[in-house]
Amino acid sequence: MAFLEVKNLHVEIEGKKILNGLTLSVEKGQVAAIMGPNGSGKSTLAYVLAGKSEYNVTEGDVLLNGESILQMAPDERAAKGVFLAFQYPVEVPGVATMTFLRTALNAQRKTRSENELSTPEFMKLVRDTAGHLGISQEMLRRAVNVGFSGGEKKRNEILQMAVLQPKLAVLDETDSGLDIDALKIVAEGVNRLRSPDRSMVVITHYQRLLNYIVPDVVHVLAKGRVVKSGGKELALELEAKGYAQFQGEAA
Amino acid sequence: MNAEVRAIKTPAEQALNAAYTAARAKLPGKGAIADLREAAFQRFDAAGLPHRRIEEWKYTDLRALMREAKPLAEPAKAKGKVPALPGLTAGRIAIVNGRYEQAWSDLKPVAGVELSDVFAFAADQKNYRLGAVPGHDDIAVSLNTAFMTGGVALRVAKGVNVEKPIEIAHVFADRAAAAMYPRSVVIVAPGARVTFIESFNGPAGVDYQVNSTLELLVGEGARVDHVTIGSDGDKALRISSVGVKVGAKAIYNSFTYTAGGAVVRNQIFARFDGEGTQASIGGATLLKGRQHVDNTLVINHAAGGCTSRERFRTVLDGESHGIFQGKIVVEPHAQKTDAKMATHALLLSDEAEADNKPELEIFADDVQCGHGATAGALDGALKFYLMSRGIPENEAEALLIQAFIGEAIEEIAHEGIREALLNAAAKWLQAREQ
Repeated sequence: MAFLEVKNLHVEIEGKKILNGLTLSVEKGQVAAIMGPNGSGKSTLAYVLAGKSEYNVTEGDVLLNGESILQMAPDERAAKGVFLAFQYPVEVPGVATMTFLRTALNAQRKTRSENELSTPEFMKLVRDTAGHLGISQEMLRRAVNVGFSGGEKKRNEILQMAVLQPKLAVLDETDSGLDIDALKIVAEGVNRLRSPDRSMVVITHYQRLLNYIVPDVVHVLAKGRVVKSGGKELALELEAKGYAQFQGEAA
Repeated sequence: MNAEVRAIKTPAEQALNAAYTAARAKLPGKGAIADLREAAFQRFDAAGLPHRRIEEWKYTDLRALMREAKPLAEPAKAKGKVPALPGLTAGRIAIVNGRYEQAWSDLKPVAGVELSDVFAFAADQKNYRLGAVPGHDDIAVSLNTAFMTGGVALRVAKGVNVEKPIEIAHVFADRAAAAMYPRSVVIVAPGARVTFIESFNGPAGVDYQVNSTLELLVGEGARVDHVTIGSDGDKALRISSVGVKVGAKAIYNSFTYTAGGAVVRNQIFARFDGEGTQASIGGATLLKGRQHVDNTLVINHAAGGCTSRERFRTVLDGESHGIFQGKIVVEPHAQKTDAKMATHALLLSDEAEADNKPELEIFADDVQCGHGATAGALDGALKFYLMSRGIPENEAEALLIQAFIGEAIEEIAHEGIREALLNAAAKWLQAREQ
């Protein structure tokens, strides 16, 4: 059984149908790339996995480790190991990054009936990870994402992922808005988190990111469903030929 | 002028009239003070309680909100303790039932600081002329002037830096409802520095009434940090007015925290008389149930080159009603004025109401003035972001509300007061969640 199973998923937002019977399996430890043109439903899939309430699932199911998560609130899903790295991380004025990380980690651990991490343990975990990602102590003291550059916000997402140690990481267009240096730092951060116990869904429009985060499989999304799956070479093929070949198929 | 002919007085107005007639001879102060009272009472009697057709009182209709006038509070019979905000360290001056009570106070003598009863200091109007601050003619201030029973005169001598905060603690200490009218004066001489708190406390379940007035003079080059903490009982009606005159190159920081009371109106009338003053006038208000809290400012830039920042934040739950009225006046010669006002309301319930009324009256041409106001619910995108990290909904909301109000409280320069108020706000949130 795959770790993540998306079965015949139909999703609407404000009456508009976005996902049309999407079916997808991601194995434990697997890195799956989801590629597709604008409007194909990539970000919708990411939000539905994380539990954003505006999306209305009309049919189908999402199983995490065999358990349906569709009725779970976002925080319950997070405690089960789901993590979404946002395409546009929001600014949270007045909440220091350190406080935010600790509140989130302890909330998850509490839900899982685990002990809270001690302050020194927590500080060490954050400091080590932040160092790798080039996140300064000063940034950690600042309010979450407030006044951060686009690259800093994306690095902060990866920092959160590293601290929270999810079982399923969904990266929504993590490459968007990044220059090549920032992209490398972020990709290295993600690669350090690759593990046989962690599945990843890497959503991207461009093949570029996949040079740095090399996927095990590539799925192509068009008009709300998976239209083609293959190995990492599929990404190169798409880069060469574009998405036009799939635009008609799913209709 | 109110041209309306009002033949019929409300029961509260009639009671105030009778109370004044009965108490006039016994109220402290003779001569000039008695004249001041009489004139103030006549102003009040002619106008009556302010109501919704009086623009300044549009949202706080006292005629409707103050159905009866409570009898004048008697001096406290026994010695008691001043309720203190947890974690707040300050030398306390107790004003109990509207009178300075030395026995309740714990302020130790401070070099360069003089303290006396307000009437002992200002009785013959020679040391100080009461009523020489902006807002003197305001109807609520007039009512205070008519009935004022006591308070203190606190003076900080030239160049003195007072290290520890001084708290003027107003307490209503009876079980039966009554009305108290404290009046205090704070004079900070040129170059002096002081942090002082005005606090308001009283028992829950008693519909006592408070009408307080503070006169504050900030000397040239002085720095005054003035924090008001309203922790009244849930049935209390309180109107607190501050009239402040600020000299040149002074720093005046004011912060008003309100969490208690049934009906509260905080009024600040400020005038910048000399150039180069920097003022920060802020506030945080936390409301629930059917609380009604109104923060009203009239900030007069009477001299050029002064900077003022007015920043207020309000959290509204239940069926509460929060009001902000901020008027900034820039006089014709007050060039290079820099004034910015921002007010934000966070509505936690569909039944809560926030009213924002910013007003700019600018008569000079070379100024920078602006205002912004927002009122809205918690941001769903922020809540989802926090929840997606594993933070449960109620905790995510509490964190966001705390952050919202915390951003206002962070303006307070004094760390001890800031921390005490951040903790008070956190407690308010915990109580809300339960």
